Amino acid sequence: MSTPSATLSQTGHTGAPTVRELTLAQAIREALAEELRRDPTVYIMGEDVAEAGTPFKVLSGLVEEFGPQRIIDSPISEAGITGLGVGAAMTGMRPVVDIMFGDFLGLIMDQLANQAAKVHYMSGGKLKVPLVVRTTLGATRRSAAQHSQSLHAWVSHIPGLKVALPSTPYDAKGLLKTAIRDDNPVVFFEDKMMYQLKGPVPEEEYTIPLGVADVKRAGTDITIVATSSMVQVALVAADNLERLGISAEVVDPRTMFPLDKETLIASAQKTSRAIVVDEGYERYGVTAELAAVIAEGAFYSLDAPVKRMGAMDVPVPFSPVLEDQTVPTPATVTELAKTLCGRA
Amino acid sequence: MTQVQASRPTRKSHSAPAEERERFLSMYRQMVRIRLFEEQVNDLYKTARMPGLAHLYSGEEAVAVGVCATLRRDDYITSTHRGHGHCLAKGASIDRMFAELLGKAPGYCRGKGGSMHIADQDTGNLGANAIVGGSAGIATGAAFASKMRGQDRVAVCFFGDGALGQGLLYEVMNMASLWKLPVIYVCENNLYNEYTHYTETTAGALTERAKAFGIHTDAVDGQDVRAVYAAARQLVDRARGGDGPAFLLCDTYRFYGHHVGDIQRTYYRSKEEEEHWKTQRDPLILLGQWLSAEGIAGESDLEHLRDEARAEVEAGVRFALDAPFPELSEVDQHVYA
Ligand SMILES: Cc1ncc(C[n+]2csc(CCOP(=O)(O)OP(=O)(O)O)c2C)c(N)n1
Ligand SMILES: [Mg+2]
Repeated sequence: MSTPSATLSQTGHTGAPTVRELTLAQAIREALAEELRRDPTVYIMGEDVAEAGTPFKVLSGLVEEFGPQRIIDSPISEAGITGLGVGAAMTGMRPVVDIMFGDFLGLIMDQLANQAAKVHYMSGGKLKVPLVVRTTLGATRRSAAQHSQSLHAWVSHIPGLKVALPSTPYDAKGLLKTAIRDDNPVVFFEDKMMYQLKGPVPEEEYTIPLGVADVKRAGTDITIVATSSMVQVALVAADNLERLGISAEVVDPRTMFPLDKETLIASAQKTSRAIVVDEGYERYGVTAELAAVIAEGAFYSLDAPVKRMGAMDVPVPFSPVLEDQTVPTPATVTELAKTLCGRA
Repeated sequence: MTQVQASRPTRKSHSAPAEERERFLSMYRQMVRIRLFEEQVNDLYKTARMPGLAHLYSGEEAVAVGVCATLRRDDYITSTHRGHGHCLAKGASIDRMFAELLGKAPGYCRGKGGSMHIADQDTGNLGANAIVGGSAGIATGAAFASKMRGQDRVAVCFFGDGALGQGLLYEVMNMASLWKLPVIYVCENNLYNEYTHYTETTAGALTERAKAFGIHTDAVDGQDVRAVYAAARQLVDRARGGDGPAFLLCDTYRFYGHHVGDIQRTYYRSKEEEEHWKTQRDPLILLGQWLSAEGIAGESDLEHLRDEARAEVEAGVRFALDAPFPELSEVDQHVYA
């Protein structure tokens, strides 16, 4: 595995872009390294982010290049480092706060929802909070109920916050660079089970705007809207469906807010059927919002009710036999799609 | 496991009264059970027979055992991600512990909790907790309820040095002191918050934090089970007697990695440091030496205790490996009471 500094070169002059295969972790590290190099106001703070490079090793190598003044090991004080990030962001820095597990959002929620999200509005547009909180989601790691949740719905609910859910190394890098440059607080969710997933990433500088969905696979019979960890699941389901003669289109919104409603609606209008798949709890989850957007926007084109699939509405159990039932799988997505297409 | 060095009882002084001798022999037994349990857990991980990870308590046994030896069965404890030792010391059985770690139906939580969430109401264990510092409120609340209901149960909150970073701890310590709650905060300072030395994350003197709230504070060598016991005895008795909360700082060390997968450790702690603690500061060796010097037990007696524990661990893991998984239908049971 190459270090970020070794794989990053300032090419960008001639010809076709150079594309490498990077893991999701490498792509994220590269985005951070590039932004740290570009902008001296960017810093990273979190637990075991420096020498340890986080328990997931996503940040390995950064402290060697940028030093402990900018890659800062913190106490186990999630509320504190987020609050400090809000204040530093209001006064000229661009903090990237590392919250190891998305479950710890519970600890930082006031700083996010009542402080970061409110400051710009409450100050009549005078103050800004260019803060990024990176955290994780995703179950099936056998980590039980306090280390497995996908809680992006919590922050998607709050006006003033932006929420990114990358599903590929390419998207992760481009979205993270944009998030860091954004003048608003952005919560950036990474699927902890996908850190070793590989995908093409160009060497050349690029960014991806927040609020632009991506069609991961084109199709004509049914739309599967999938987020983060569920994009790969949806793509496998689409392969299954193709063998059954059903052409599925897989659409990844990439950000929950801003939300690219047009792309979701247009896809459902084209295919006339839609399923929304997400790893958050199904109840009151982001699937409800996405399904409502499609139901309203594509109503006259739909041949079936919009269906949603989220994680089972239970705390994530430890036992593998129980945990595996709680998340959508290619098999369950395939089944639902078949039913919706009248092929069950 | 490490052998105690003393070979024969050297001094048949009988200086320790019978009750005390039995107490420390039983603490040795309990510490050995925990040590061998954890070694088996490590083996289950290395042979890919255990789902997920586990945080081993090896090296820190004297804290859980010394403190829990002062507690009644109906007293409460709350535990941490590194919780196997607390659970066993409070009376959990080895077989059901293993079953929980393997996600099996006879486990303490029917496989729903796993290594980091073992709870056992029958022994007053309100649960291990995977949120660092997350049980400070629970332990303080249990103490509050005990007082409010006119009971004399105390609550012990075990947590690591890392939990000193969590604000919740200070909110509840303040209330515990204000309202004289029977809670003992036991800080296991094993020098590291995961992969970072506590001095890089913790300002000031650790015990001053509790003292600032007017909480009675003590600090002991957490490798010396007799010292832990003596200190905890006093703190528990005063809490039970209505004199309010206490804070006990125990200096200790984990012999293995932060979790079973943490093999490469030299970037955050030296091999020499590990060796020092393992050879000079092993709570089992230290107690074994004392038992021997006091003429309470010789090497063959201790070997006998180890054999018994080994047999119990072997039977326990076999029980767990053979046990069934929970029924699939259990997945949505117990979401609500
Ligand atoms: C609130 C919270 N933050 C971070 C973590 C991740 N984490 C698990 S254990 C740990 C270190 C805990 O250190 P300490 O409290 O000293 O306990 P030790 O592991 O040394 O026993 C961290 C940071 C967590 N579980 N909960
Ligand atoms: Mg520690």
